[in-house]
Amino acid sequence: MLSRVAESIHWMARYVERAENVARIMDANYHMILDLPAGFGGQWEPLIVTTGDEELFKQFYDEFNRENVVHFLTFDDRNPNSIFSCLRQARENARSVREWISSEMWQQINTFYLMLKDAARQGGGIELPHDFFVEIMMASHLFTGLAENTMTHDEAWRFGRLGYMLERADKTARIIDVKYFILLPSLDYIGTPFDHILWGSILRSASAFEMYRKRYGQIAPDEIIDFLVLNAEFPRAIHYCLIMAEFSLRTISGTMRGRFSNRAEKTLGRLLADIDYISVEDIKTMGLHEFIDGLQTRLNDVSDAVFDTFFSIPELRTAEQS
Amino acid sequence: MLIHDYALDGFYDEMFDDHGNPRPGTEAVIERFKQLPLEELQRRQQAAEKSLLQMGITFSVYGDEQGAERIFPFDIVPRIIHQSEWATIEQGLKQRVLALNHFIDDVYHEKNILRDCVVPEELVLSASGYRPECVGLNPPGGVWCHITGTDLIRGADGQFYVLEDNLRCPSGVSYVLENRVVMKRSFPKAFDAARVMPVADYPNRLLEMLENLAPPRRDKPVVAVWTPGIYNSAYFEHSFLAQQMGVELVEGRDLVVVDDRVMMRTTTGLKPVDVLYRRIDDDFIDPEEFRDDSMLGVPGVMRAYRAGRIALANAPGTGVADDKAIYAYVPDMIRYYLDQAPILNNVETFLCWREQDLKHVLANLDKLVVKKVGESGGYGMLVGPHATQEERDDFGLQVRSNPRNYIAQPTLALSRVPTFIDNHFEGRHVDLRPYILFGEDIYVMPGGLTRVALKKGSLVVNSSQGGGSKDTWVVETSVLEGGDSC
Repeated sequence: MLSRVAESIHWMARYVERAENVARIMDANYHMILDLPAGFGGQWEPLIVTTGDEELFKQFYDEFNRENVVHFLTFDDRNPNSIFSCLRQARENARSVREWISSEMWQQINTFYLMLKDAARQGGGIELPHDFFVEIMMASHLFTGLAENTMTHDEAWRFGRLGYMLERADKTARIIDVKYFILLPSLDYIGTPFDHILWGSILRSASAFEMYRKRYGQIAPDEIIDFLVLNAEFPRAIHYCLIMAEFSLRTISGTMRGRFSNRAEKTLGRLLADIDYISVEDIKTMGLHEFIDGLQTRLNDVSDAVFDTFFSIPELRTAEQS
Repeated sequence: MLIHDYALDGFYDEMFDDHGNPRPGTEAVIERFKQLPLEELQRRQQAAEKSLLQMGITFSVYGDEQGAERIFPFDIVPRIIHQSEWATIEQGLKQRVLALNHFIDDVYHEKNILRDCVVPEELVLSASGYRPECVGLNPPGGVWCHITGTDLIRGADGQFYVLEDNLRCPSGVSYVLENRVVMKRSFPKAFDAARVMPVADYPNRLLEMLENLAPPRRDKPVVAVWTPGIYNSAYFEHSFLAQQMGVELVEGRDLVVVDDRVMMRTTTGLKPVDVLYRRIDDDFIDPEEFRDDSMLGVPGVMRAYRAGRIALANAPGTGVADDKAIYAYVPDMIRYYLDQAPILNNVETFLCWREQDLKHVLANLDKLVVKKVGESGGYGMLVGPHATQEERDDFGLQVRSNPRNYIAQPTLALSRVPTFIDNHFEGRHVDLRPYILFGEDIYVMPGGLTRVALKKGSLVVNSSQGGGSKDTWVVETSVLEGGDSC
């Protein structure tokens, strides 16, 4: 298939996933803040820090308050990672591959985009943030469900799934990292109900609260890390995402598990193997923040390798082939 | 159907004759519409529009917010042409396209028609569609204009006339196919009663024609539709045709020329392409030969074309015959190349580069339609009787400063078709664009795109200027329900 088409489908899926995650992180933060003791309620800065757009934010805004952060992450078209920008780009990509995706998928992404555009046009004031963010998450689920059930699971579809699984792994990693940036009043708070609220919020940001409870019951940081990083069955856990991404990638070229036929497979295969055999103890020895940092760098390497392998064909190499 | 208050207003009507009687072939439809209550018609009109919206049948309007898409309005009353009349149109179009193809080939080779002074050489060499780079080119099978979308109109005298030839990248065929799908869903019984000639095999015929252009020795030729991209006004159609034919839709950046072969960049390396149905103007296809600032083009495509390693439809240089001043000479071409009398006539045309004509045009701006020779899509034209004095003065100045660039035609009383407007039927002016494929033989799609000027009294049918469309039915016979078919 055409490289451009593969790339567009890949990014279409990725941008929808990104929009959904931004919505969920904000929703969880709204909830958390309402439960915090007076004086510690204004914690919006970590959201920007974890998305990596701190510099950009500071160009346009003076203060990390709720209004600014929510606007920057939801409607601001100057932020390429705002929900609105993500959907615009997802739709743009979808429009260029309309003959590849199902018309149901196209209609859903179109409707989704128009919904955001309308909300943005009405000034972007969000009356009921929870309802609004849930609507965004559900629209994204509907899109992913339509992709699952109305499109042939062929090469094009696999590039889409590879895209959103890589995106999701990255976002779950960032959600865990929020903890690192949230300011506790003092070290004494670690292990108190206050600390539990923060960990609970992290689980909720990954839609993992209930599933975690079912499995472990009590809120315990080690077990949360185990669940969000190492679980192979929870669909937003990093391990699960990497298994699915790696599977999608191998089925594109038809390579067996444990082998590789290109740099993308090599980079992702290695990363998955490391996660396959790492334990919570190992992560703690390394330091959670440092571990997450390293993971994000390696996820970026995977994305670069996917781009080089499939989307950008160096002309010299191919000239020799012909 | 509330026909009793339908007024002909002295125009030629496609459905009723001057006495208000149904024309041949329209009886069954009229009967069916009569039976449907007003609410039902409203419901079906809305349902038809909704299904077009859901299918995402949109076009972009230039000058609007970038990428803004609109629905092409659709009217439920079909435009009906009886098969006996259609046969003449079909013959006329075949004759015309054949002569035009001779002309293009001649212009880029021997130039006989210019030497014999049938068409003025100066006019050809100064045409904006003339490409000196194409002199001596030999497209496969000697065919230059593979796809043509001729614009026809019917005048007050009931005769069909050719208004434009559209040999470059005529668009609109996707609406024909989708309109038909919608009409079949909305009016199955009317369809059943009128025996409508099918149009659905167009994508197949198009693909077959394109595959036949492939350089020999390719068992399964690779065909692709080449689009300028999602911001092009006809992007939906490009995507639709690629999908219907089951071929790739490519942009310039997907293509690269290696050793005079055009290749697509795929996830598994470069793959050769044999035939490009390009929906992009000559100017932009190859920055090495034409406009070097083209971002849409592919360097080396023309080299590959010359080497016979890629086929392009339509062939580069075809636009020379699309010039509105050269159009005036098509009847002469038919006589010159085919030694036949033209079956379809031109609309009377004044060429402003002739001094006599220029004088006449400037003196009669309030009566004429004046057009720029290289433009299409309803851009760059003046409809004299509907313009303000200021607009006319302004246009007159433009014409005077570059007469070669303008032609003028009488303001024609285009025929009308009943159209469902504000819950009743009113006559609206229409034109007709049949699509013609020139492969091993010439195929004319039965019917074509009927565009309708939805604004009361308007004569401009272009989608960019408030036009809509109707399904066009070529009917073989008309069987009245429970009645006599003869």
